Amino acid sequence: MPNIFHRSTNLIARVSIYGLVILLAALTYVLYAIAMSPWYTEQNVAREQPVPFSHRHHAGELGIDCRYCHTSVEKSSFAGLPPTQTCMSCHSQIWTNAPMLEPVRASYREDKSLEWTRVNALPDFVYFDHSIHVSKGIGCTTCHGPIADMPLTYRAGSLYMSWCLNCHRQPEKFVRPKEDVFNPFYQPPSVSNPVKFDGKWYTSQLALGKRAVKQYHIRSLQYCDTCHR
Amino acid sequence: MDPEGSRNTVVVSEPDPLIGPGHTLETITEKIGSIVLTRGTTLGWVGGFVVALILFGILNLAMYYLFFVGVGIWGINIPIAWAFAITNFVWWIGIGHAGTLISAFLLLMHQKWRTSINRFAEAMTIFAVACAGMFPLLHMGRPWLFYYLLPYPNPMWLWPQFRSPLVWDVFAVSTYLTVSLLFWYVGLVPDFASLRDRAKNRAVKITYGFFALGWRGSASHWFRYETASMLLAGIATPLVVSVHTVVSFDFTIAIVPGWHSTIFPPYFVAGAIYSGFAMVLTLAIPLRKFYHLEDLVTMRHLDIMAKVMLATGMIVAYSYVVETFMSFYSGNPFDSYMMLNRMVGPYEYVYWTLIACNLAIPQALWARRVRRSVPLLFLISLVVNIGMWLERFVIIAVSLTRDYPPSKWDMYYPTRWDWAVLVGSFGLFFTLFYLFIRFLPMISITEARAMVHETSGAKSHS
Repeated sequence: MPNIFHRSTNLIARVSIYGLVILLAALTYVLYAIAMSPWYTEQNVAREQPVPFSHRHHAGELGIDCRYCHTSVEKSSFAGLPPTQTCMSCHSQIWTNAPMLEPVRASYREDKSLEWTRVNALPDFVYFDHSIHVSKGIGCTTCHGPIADMPLTYRAGSLYMSWCLNCHRQPEKFVRPKEDVFNPFYQPPSVSNPVKFDGKWYTSQLALGKRAVKQYHIRSLQYCDTCHR
Repeated sequence: MDPEGSRNTVVVSEPDPLIGPGHTLETITEKIGSIVLTRGTTLGWVGGFVVALILFGILNLAMYYLFFVGVGIWGINIPIAWAFAITNFVWWIGIGHAGTLISAFLLLMHQKWRTSINRFAEAMTIFAVACAGMFPLLHMGRPWLFYYLLPYPNPMWLWPQFRSPLVWDVFAVSTYLTVSLLFWYVGLVPDFASLRDRAKNRAVKITYGFFALGWRGSASHWFRYETASMLLAGIATPLVVSVHTVVSFDFTIAIVPGWHSTIFPPYFVAGAIYSGFAMVLTLAIPLRKFYHLEDLVTMRHLDIMAKVMLATGMIVAYSYVVETFMSFYSGNPFDSYMMLNRMVGPYEYVYWTLIACNLAIPQALWARRVRRSVPLLFLISLVVNIGMWLERFVIIAVSLTRDYPPSKWDMYYPTRWDWAVLVGSFGLFFTLFYLFIRFLPMISITEARAMVHETSGAKSHS
């Protein structure tokens, strides 16, 4: 009886056994890599805005406090976007004719809000409160990244739940002294950069973090209904 | 020799042979193989297949509407959140257990009578598990997120709740499906080779040859085949007990009166095998009739299956008695009310029908005359199938209608979509089953041929 299949099918059959396992593993890896990539999460991708506002210039070079514009960050869940009046408090005096700022002046003239594109928008099924985070020693830059070095604002985190949980499971790795919460240049303690907390100098984040977690009564909240209310 | 000669022969004095007289290795292969290869698509098959497809269409329609609108189209609501879908799930998964018992457990026990029925019983297992596996997913509020049940790497860092029996279910059922499928396929490999060698058409040859994995029937092939079969049987045998035990945990772990009971695991396993054997009979009797397989699936096979059904039915009956006794003996007012509610509550007709179907009517199987009567056996197998479905309904839905505070009592009425999904699941099952009997040998050629050898050997002894 003649063979139906060529001899080479023996090899194909053997290869396919291992091949299937490898293929499945590779497929899982590729899908995960895509899900984590900035292409998908828009992490580190600067957004188009009506006015090319530079946090690097305002918060970094000029040293304007975060709260000068984001006024409700300490009292409310929402940090707040400034009204045009806040912009005009300076720009009615300086750069009054800069063409770049024309949308701001138009907004002021016509009493119509600037329509900024939100960079860090959580989905509606997530409850998030800025006030509790900043009053427990979580700095702006912990989540928003090196904001004082952003000529155009981009999202520093993936906003995935794993990103939230990374801190909620181990807050001691991220917490900082309360007086440094709004300091955009804050660096975590190291041997070359000791940080003073509660009257003592720390050279390791873990040591400082553990002390601060205790002092600030930080609970590692991981219940589903902490955020999904 | 007329292969149907033994059809009406009843031997009373000694057990009938497990295979009709006059069969040789050649006639067995011819008889089973020809159904697939030369007989072609018969009118009867087409008729049955079309009916199955229509029912399958109903399932598709019901699922489409369900995904579009949501589980609100069913009669479920708080407090009766589990009703038809979960009843169907438990019933179908229970059906599968007989196939695994026949193929794995009886193989380890060297029970020769399994050889003629194991192939289609295993097929029944796989198709029943497919039907069962569908229901927990349909029952979800957001079925498109079903993969949340699996522990896979995800950017939410979320894992399933491993303390929940619903997650154990996922592992139990998926293990069951995998092992059953592998076992079935390994058994099919030599048969695929037989079909490949007998096929005339080149496309058919290539198709069967592909699945035969280059089987040439050499001694080393057979050695590995036997080893793999025994290993898989060893893996599958504990599953006969464990899968339905885990399914019963879905209920026992909860505190609803009527669910929270330590008797459930053995009770559910016995019920599963009971309903499974009923389903094997329901399928075997028409199959042997329409394909004239009476000399392979003999009266003795039917008789033994009826006895297994009777034995497991008695375990189920014992469980009913214990359950009833314990609910009153416990002194727990909620437990005793649960039992009263079953017996004289608004669903009493369901309860008493179930008692009649599972407890009273199958007692007829004590009589040899009933066990040897094909129409009666078929009827009783249908009755047990219905009874076991009702039993799951009473346990699952009726317990939920009246649990603790009367303020949360409610009634459950199935809607047309509840019925459509139940009827549709038969469509899925029979569509698969019709394809199976058309394209695969429904009786293991290999094992039936081995039986020819054994029966002829036994004859020369006596």
